[in-house]
Amino acid sequence: MAAAGLPASTSGAVSSVRRFLAQNGLIGVLLIMPLAFAFHDLRTEGDLSRLGNNLVDGLSNGSIWALVAIGYTLVYGIVELINFAHGEVFMLGSFVSVSFFSTIGLTVATGIPGLVAGLLLTLLVTMFALGTLNTMIERVAYRPLRNAPKLAPLITAVGFSFILLNVGLLWRGGSQRSIPNLIDSQALLVSIAGVNITRGDLLAIAVTIPLVLGMTIFISRSRLGKAMRATAQDPDAARLMGINVDTTISATFMIGGLLAGAAGLIYALYQTTIWFFQGFTAGLIAFTAAVMGGIGNIRGAVLGGLIIGFIQQLSDNRIGSQWTPAVVFAYLVLIMVFKPSGLLGEQTREAG
Amino acid sequence: MRAASTAGPSFRDRFELSHRVRVGITAAALIAGGLLPLFVDGGGGFIDDATVALAYVMMALGLNIIVGFAGLLDLGYVAFFAIGAYTMGYFGSLFHITANGGEGVHILVAGPAAQLPGLHFNFFIIIVLAIAATTIAGMLIGLPTLRLRGDYIAIVTLAFGEIVGRIAINGDEIKFLDTRLTAGRQGITPVDKIDLPFLETFNSLELRPWYWTAFVLVLIAVFVNFRLRDSRLGRAWIALREDEVAAVSMGVPQVKTKLLAYGTGAAFGGVSGAFLGSYLNTVNADQFQFSFSIFVLAMVILGGLGSIWGVVVGAIALSFINNRLIPDVLNDVPGKIGLDFDLTELSFGIFGFLLVIMMVLRPEGLIPERRRKIELKAGIEGLVVDEDTEKQP
Repeated sequence: MAAAGLPASTSGAVSSVRRFLAQNGLIGVLLIMPLAFAFHDLRTEGDLSRLGNNLVDGLSNGSIWALVAIGYTLVYGIVELINFAHGEVFMLGSFVSVSFFSTIGLTVATGIPGLVAGLLLTLLVTMFALGTLNTMIERVAYRPLRNAPKLAPLITAVGFSFILLNVGLLWRGGSQRSIPNLIDSQALLVSIAGVNITRGDLLAIAVTIPLVLGMTIFISRSRLGKAMRATAQDPDAARLMGINVDTTISATFMIGGLLAGAAGLIYALYQTTIWFFQGFTAGLIAFTAAVMGGIGNIRGAVLGGLIIGFIQQLSDNRIGSQWTPAVVFAYLVLIMVFKPSGLLGEQTREAG
Repeated sequence: MRAASTAGPSFRDRFELSHRVRVGITAAALIAGGLLPLFVDGGGGFIDDATVALAYVMMALGLNIIVGFAGLLDLGYVAFFAIGAYTMGYFGSLFHITANGGEGVHILVAGPAAQLPGLHFNFFIIIVLAIAATTIAGMLIGLPTLRLRGDYIAIVTLAFGEIVGRIAINGDEIKFLDTRLTAGRQGITPVDKIDLPFLETFNSLELRPWYWTAFVLVLIAVFVNFRLRDSRLGRAWIALREDEVAAVSMGVPQVKTKLLAYGTGAAFGGVSGAFLGSYLNTVNADQFQFSFSIFVLAMVILGGLGSIWGVVVGAIALSFINNRLIPDVLNDVPGKIGLDFDLTELSFGIFGFLLVIMMVLRPEGLIPERRRKIELKAGIEGLVVDEDTEKQP
């Protein structure tokens, strides 16, 4: 009895270990870097304030990636296309917002009420402009190819990415431009146990949270949101149920563009430098974030964005910013090895 | 038997050329390609662009095996270009200048390279080394993608491509036994010129031998591609592409077949990379950007996924548009029509615009693979039937 039970219990233990690894391996992978640096900090400096600062900076950077990643994940969920032009839409978001707030006369000297009102207006205008642009791109470059081979829209996406890149280059030249530091983004707001929270951090969080919440509610409650989810599940069935699939897809691109525009404004105010190539890396990082969270999954995109932001900040601060893309992509490969469906699970047609 | 032969033409497009005409066009194009250098300036820009285009054709043919035959979307093909080029840089330049106590190692090399320090191997040996290195790299990159499907494969290969690119850029910080891993943005330069038996060492003033070398390499690549496509392995690739579950249940070994697709496809990139390393006389980290992967992928998709001649045409078309039409031809246009602006600033915008236009006009590619064309047609016919049944009361 005991002899018979023993092998069964060991194999049970092995399989439960395996199940544990399959479920938590990804979390373990994600914790490697923070834990290693936490240990290092405790030994050399005696407290975790440096790690805490990395976390705060990482989360505010990450909230920008989260906004861009939602655009990727929504579009992928609904048309199964890696929208390569999305990073460039984000870049133009920065450009449009900077041009707009200089036009309406916001400067460093503007008082706080004027600044808040002006920036809100800039946010709305930028979001609207970029949402419209993204919808137009869909109309011109993706809709004609709806029934074409699956890879054809990928190439038009790349084509549009080049076109927008060129627009950015012509608009503001080929070098990094510094812009007026309107909100004084590095100014210290509050310091908790050595962890500094700056105005820029507050801005990033204050813009991102309402936008993400609003959009989640929109998608889960509104009619159009329902139509979007239905189209993502099965476009043909959705069409049979009387949903206008084309309008729904346009709306999805609209939302993606709105969020990318907001992300562009935050990026410009937070980093205070903009240039035409910023969208390229941002696009790759944000797409990584979307995949990490589980593509098609909005909460996953937000979570993925925040985690990538943290990893990126750690790597910038400790390893060297020239290695950051390699670190981020190494993490991506590890995630794909441990849990291809991402942290929160994918929600696409292929996943069934 | 009789039914099959009468059913044959019904699949054919009315405008499709007969087999004999197509063979004739192909042969004429090949002869024209081979004789082309005799009619142009041997040191001019045109033959330079043509040689680079041929090297790109080789890469596109390699990527076509991965994406076109096996259906594995690879967005990191630049990694194989990089590995091939670095093989050339390692074994055919002054990069390992301290090797063998500063005297250098020379294997079957003649000409100026035989007196220089550093490692100098014969071009054929370097080609073999590049094939070996890229095949192994291709399989290693393929390993984590085996469990994945569709666009996730694209993302992992993209990640590997970027990691290789980053290592190339920052490799001068990494040192093994006081040699740097790469020369970073500075580049490994000069690189040995190709030195073939019975011929003089190539030089950068007379480009015809380079062109013919690339031409022969492309011919070999095309031949190998056709043989592979019609082989047991090639049919296994296509079966996996069409329906993975069905193919595996029919006994196609999934792991081996996929890894061989990555390995074989990568090997072409390695050969082309080694050739370009020598031809461009530099192995520079800035060459290995993500946009290059996309550039090669665009050649494959524009030409027609899985169609060998299509990919050849697509690669030649795109590299000429990028290297000749936009910088050399179109740049004169604003001046001629009396406008004063610099078109070079618009170069990649024009390139992107052309990509969009070409894809919207011809989404199946310039010369679509016959199998896909039949599928597309069958799909449209199926749709018509559906509409008819809908109309019935």
